[in-house]
Amino acid sequence: MLRIPCPFCGPRDHSEFSYEGDATVKYPALDASEDEWFEAVFLRDNPRGPHRELWHHLYGCRAFLIVERDTLTHEIRGARLAHQPTAEALK
Amino acid sequence: MQRYSALSVLWGGLTGQKNWQKVWGHPKPKPHYDVIVVGGGGHGLATAYYLAKEHGVRNVAVLEKGWLGGGNAGRNTTIVRSNYMIEGNTEFYEHSLKLWENLSHELNYNVMFSQRAHVNLVFSPSQRDAMARRYNLMRLNGIDGEFWEPEELKRRIPLLNMDQGRFPILGAYVQPRAGTARHDAVNWGFARAATALGVDIIQNCEVTGFIRKAGALIGVETSRGGVSGEIYADKIGLAVAGHTSVLAARAGLGKLPIETHKLQAYVSEPIKPIIDHVIVFGGVGHFYISQSDKGGLVFGGDLDKYNSYAQKGNLPVYENVMAACIQILPCLGRVKLLRQWAGVMDMSMDGSPFICKTEIPGLYLNAGWCYGGFKATPGSGHTFAHTIAKDEPHWANRLLTLDRYRKGRLIDETGHGPTPKLH
Repeated sequence: MLRIPCPFCGPRDHSEFSYEGDATVKYPALDASEDEWFEAVFLRDNPRGPHRELWHHLYGCRAFLIVERDTLTHEIRGARLAHQPTAEALK
Repeated sequence: MQRYSALSVLWGGLTGQKNWQKVWGHPKPKPHYDVIVVGGGGHGLATAYYLAKEHGVRNVAVLEKGWLGGGNAGRNTTIVRSNYMIEGNTEFYEHSLKLWENLSHELNYNVMFSQRAHVNLVFSPSQRDAMARRYNLMRLNGIDGEFWEPEELKRRIPLLNMDQGRFPILGAYVQPRAGTARHDAVNWGFARAATALGVDIIQNCEVTGFIRKAGALIGVETSRGGVSGEIYADKIGLAVAGHTSVLAARAGLGKLPIETHKLQAYVSEPIKPIIDHVIVFGGVGHFYISQSDKGGLVFGGDLDKYNSYAQKGNLPVYENVMAACIQILPCLGRVKLLRQWAGVMDMSMDGSPFICKTEIPGLYLNAGWCYGGFKATPGSGHTFAHTIAKDEPHWANRLLTLDRYRKGRLIDETGHGPTPKLH
């Protein structure tokens, strides 16, 4: 069981969350080239080691979090809100 | 190669089992090969075997980081089937199943392929309709499939809990030619047959880098280190599912449409024969079970659903799988679990694999197997060997390309889109 430190709810079991994948993917503008969209939709770094990823606290506060986790050891180095303005307002 | 037969088994029994010879050695790598296959799992070994057997390319090395079949080839739930409906998958998996049907004879090694039928339970009218479409498409493509009404299902598998409250079992779609095989025997059989044809199988030899010349790959650097660790080859094939992204990055192939996820499997204590088929369901949960010849119940369910290279599974999925098991087979409630493990796999963006040339000259790719690599073992090796030897795909893997994502020609069997954890 992973324990994810939710900024609102404290450390919670990962079964309360839904995994939403690589958080480093940047979606391009709607009128961007096909190549840029292809890369954003289909291609992933898929690192063996530190990974920045999105988790949705579906059965908790429902916030989207960016979690730093190691894909080899499962060590979690931290979590913050994905929504930047809210994260700053909470500081 | 020493041939195995009923007579050789009998002779061995009468002479104190002293007639058995070593079936593969520990060769020192040569400085140059025609083809290097990276990855000594089922797919890599099968590729080397078919290169030597069908294409006469015998100067081949298989490089394996650990030991033969220590990755997913030894961690799967041994199910073999071809109940696919989309062009690309359909012909490929049926091609593979046909190779399975003669594999023990082909390799002169009993891979214990048992066509015991793959029984896919349905729990709702809409699921039954969706499966009807799938099995009708299969039949149109010449693949066997049939429907078992609840009465027939009850008669054939009396232990099933048919009338469970909200989602009673409404029948099952069945592929009679599907079944199971002994996974270790498949690896050993291919390794033995490949060795007999002159293939060098080199274990404990990790590929740490690639040697380039004018944009092409001309060799590999290995963990054996120094000059002796450099092995040159005309062609290099990657068959390292689970770690494809890691090797692709070293080869300069860039990002791939893959996420690495882990899948758990479980085996119970050995019990007397109780389950004759492969019983499966998906949709309202995900569960598959069969019984090994040793008596252990081998079963599994969903992925752990987050990127991971750790070969260990988590407890929430464990609990879900057990719940699914008890829901349909309550009779197993008191059976003890013996072992649980996990393997890491390439989850591709459409749930289907790729066996193809790459944009880098000299580099060939066999990857993206998701849950389903074991059943593909002979088909994957056969078509990958063809692709490497002839520089063009076999008809059965012509659509399993890497550029299909860019072209929008996805082979998305479940319709989940580019969400690897759901395939």
